Amino acid sequence: MVAEAWPQEGISRIPYLVYTDPEIYALEQERIFRGGSWSYVALACEVPNAGDFLRTSVGETPVVVARDKGGDIRVIVNRCAHRGAQLCRDPHGNTSTFECPYHQWTYALDGRLLGVPFKKGLDGEGGMPADFENAEHGLETLRVAERHGVVFASFSAEVEPIEDYLGDVMTEYFDRVFDGRELRVLGYLRQRLPCNWKLMFENIKDPYHATLLHVFLVTFGLFRADQPSATRMDKTGRHSVLVSSRGEQTDSTVTRSLRSYREGFELQDPNLLTPVREFPGPATVVMQTLWPNLIVQQQSNTLAMRQMVPRGPLAHDLHWTFFGYADDTEEMTAIRLRQANLMGPAGFVSIDDGEVMRLSQDGVAVDVTRSGMAEMGGRGTDDEDHMLTEAAIRAFYSHYREVMGL
Amino acid sequence: MTATPDELFAAHGDLLDEDLLDDWIELFTDDCTYLVIPRENVQRGLPLAAIRCESKGYLKDRVVAVREISMYAPRSQRHVIGAARHQPDGTVTASYAVFQTLVDEPTKVFSTGRYLARITDCRFAELHCIYDSTLVDNSIVKPI
Repeated sequence: MVAEAWPQEGISRIPYLVYTDPEIYALEQERIFRGGSWSYVALACEVPNAGDFLRTSVGETPVVVARDKGGDIRVIVNRCAHRGAQLCRDPHGNTSTFECPYHQWTYALDGRLLGVPFKKGLDGEGGMPADFENAEHGLETLRVAERHGVVFASFSAEVEPIEDYLGDVMTEYFDRVFDGRELRVLGYLRQRLPCNWKLMFENIKDPYHATLLHVFLVTFGLFRADQPSATRMDKTGRHSVLVSSRGEQTDSTVTRSLRSYREGFELQDPNLLTPVREFPGPATVVMQTLWPNLIVQQQSNTLAMRQMVPRGPLAHDLHWTFFGYADDTEEMTAIRLRQANLMGPAGFVSIDDGEVMRLSQDGVAVDVTRSGMAEMGGRGTDDEDHMLTEAAIRAFYSHYREVMGL
Repeated sequence: MTATPDELFAAHGDLLDEDLLDDWIELFTDDCTYLVIPRENVQRGLPLAAIRCESKGYLKDRVVAVREISMYAPRSQRHVIGAARHQPDGTVTASYAVFQTLVDEPTKVFSTGRYLARITDCRFAELHCIYDSTLVDNSIVKPI
């Protein structure tokens, strides 16, 4: 059934089954998250010193990101090689070794097995077999790539270098925010969204909804159909970026036709939105989605990594890491913190998304023999210079189908 | 207005639960700070909050958002707030639990945590709502 899930119309249709089916979900874990992809795991500035570590996930697999004695960042699966218990329970910290609480097997930060209690038994009894080699029982490790302070990990030995994986166009947008300056974390927000992880990706690849659903964006000209805009994809279609430029709060023909536009609505405290131009070029919002688990958010001066962690087909966790630059002035930090009111689980903009994605999940679960339709802006996957398109969603599913064999 | 800290916290909970948001705003001073911030950030010394209001004007903008801007499923919430405790540094703290009821769903615990307040002339000059869970159940639609 699953193999024939896709309607014959192709990528302009999305079968509801992909949001609900446990078999498809299991296949996603294997082919996408444990397959030939680079998953975002951390910012390098979160583990600045030798011994620093944090817990996170690649797909559903719990991993630990740690900086070893030599200063290299390592990513290891958080699972003892002995009986599979999770080793590391602290969400972050500093340590010289990881010790399993169950039988006290200890590991170096790079995953090498250092010690097994009673390895040689006691008084000639018990112990591991004579041919037991520590070197053969280390933790499962992932490949690690870092670009300008952003750390990615992969289960695949074959995946291409991160720059090739991103491609020229995506690397250029990536480097716009990650220009090599040292980053500084401002804080975390985390939420559990009652919907499939792909709905989150679709949401950020869908400029059409943003011009309608988000009254806040439309009213304050942060993202509106009459503003200059672009949707760009990499050559595989798996990554994309939405770009737009802020407009004035004007009473134009377009705004009058938008039900979402609130004429005469003014912020009681305009400090909330006062943006500062800090990036080159006219774009004031750049939302980048990087396959398979990252959204890079630059809306005015609020910057965040949004990491998706799937939690079964019906839910996912969204981890927001808000950041600025180490050389930000106090005033700039204050601006970023204020503008964070737009985003996160209580965001003026993102509340709408969390709520609408719940409606989507509830809707598709009712009859999984049906499909959704994505024909805004045609049926193709080419770059577009306007907002009224679902091309990036189609491009995403074009790659998804290839990877998944669906 | 001559409210004790317990009465002020109780009014905060009641007015939010009854959706009397204009009255709720009046519990704050004009230059108030109201934060809804995860305990994780507080413990790690990180300033980022889920809701950051730096004046009464910001509170008004939040109220307009709840009423006119945000799209969300209908819901009600219920605050249960513990006894206020005066801290040596002059702040007042109280534990809280907020239950949320969505239409067609049973009531769930939505948030637990601690209020940390600085009270001036029987109003909140500062109110930090420090929530326990690292994970929010979908969205924080209304002030907590």
